Amino acid sequence: MCPEHIIELMHQYFDEEIDLEGKQTLREHLQNCEECEAIFNELKKTVAFVKSVSNMQAPDDFTAKVLARLPKEKKKVLAARLFRNHPFLSAASVFVVLMMGGLFSTWSQDQEFSVSKQKNLVVKNNTVIVPKGEVVNGDVVVRNGTLKIEGEVKGDVTVIHGEKYLASAGHVTGQIEEVNEVFDWIWYHMKKSAKEVAGFF
Amino acid sequence: MEEIIKKRIKQVIKGDQDAFGEIVEIYKNSVYQLCFRMLGNRHEAEDVAQEAFLRAYVNIKSFNQDRKFSTWLFRIATNLCIDRLRKKKPDYYLDAEVAGTEGLTMYSQIPSDTPLPEKELESLELQETVQKEILKLPEKYRSAIVLKYIEDLSLNEISEILDLPLGTVKTRIHRGREALRQQLRYV
Repeated sequence: MCPEHIIELMHQYFDEEIDLEGKQTLREHLQNCEECEAIFNELKKTVAFVKSVSNMQAPDDFTAKVLARLPKEKKKVLAARLFRNHPFLSAASVFVVLMMGGLFSTWSQDQEFSVSKQKNLVVKNNTVIVPKGEVVNGDVVVRNGTLKIEGEVKGDVTVIHGEKYLASAGHVTGQIEEVNEVFDWIWYHMKKSAKEVAGFF
Repeated sequence: MEEIIKKRIKQVIKGDQDAFGEIVEIYKNSVYQLCFRMLGNRHEAEDVAQEAFLRAYVNIKSFNQDRKFSTWLFRIATNLCIDRLRKKKPDYYLDAEVAGTEGLTMYSQIPSDTPLPEKELESLELQETVQKEILKLPEKYRSAIVLKYIEDLSLNEISEILDLPLGTVKTRIHRGREALRQQLRYV
């Protein structure tokens, strides 16, 4: 029977932990001992066999199946990914937010009475009157006030945050519009901008 | 590679499942392989491998990011395999039918109209024999052998995965190697 430490050296060899001296001792012994040489070669073969069974592939749908089993993703992350993958969307949404913010603030700040300048409009307190028999040329815009139309307006009439009264004899050639809610306000602005842009071309 | 993994893990912690999908893609084959060699059955291997990834996802916050992710992942997978083996009847995995079924699925992956070259058939038979012998090993030797020779990991990593002292890991590998030699010497 061979010394125990030879088997130990073999294991060191296969663990790749053998030092030069041990390697030398092992080699010398294996040259003189057929029994140990056979064991050594069998171990070598065994290791090669075991290594040869590697390289297995997981099924194709493996990842999809794992992801399907995960708990639901947070909405925040979903939104973040949406914006990351579509930079234009982020730019557009930033624009919309700023626009809305601007409009909201003008809506709430804009509490002062104002009226478009036409020389034959009569202003009493917060009431604007289109006098009987008069013809007002151009669009009339009244903010935070009341508009009474007894004469004729050749153009559009817009009343923001206020009321309008159209007398039976009154006449407006263009459109009449009342804006009293925030959303009306935004809609009105969008239409106005669109019209301006269209008029520009 | 480790850097990419670290980045992905940070994204996963924030809840990004796509980033986790990338991690699964990177490790799916080695985790699946580990489970298959431990359990000896494709269906069960897939199930346990999926479970391992699921657990990794749920517990990602408890992962120490200074450590190697694969070590942590293999540890989860190995523990799940050992749990699964303990729940089974002890002789179930020795059942010849299971190995037979595996052989069938392996054959079926090769196009049937071309005759199998002699060498390929031989190597398939050899692979089957080796797999059967690995499955015959007691589970504590089996996990060490699979991690060492099939996953090609260092003894230090194996000691971390199995949560055992280095000396114990060496002993297990030595005994496992010796047991396999006894079985495979005449092949």
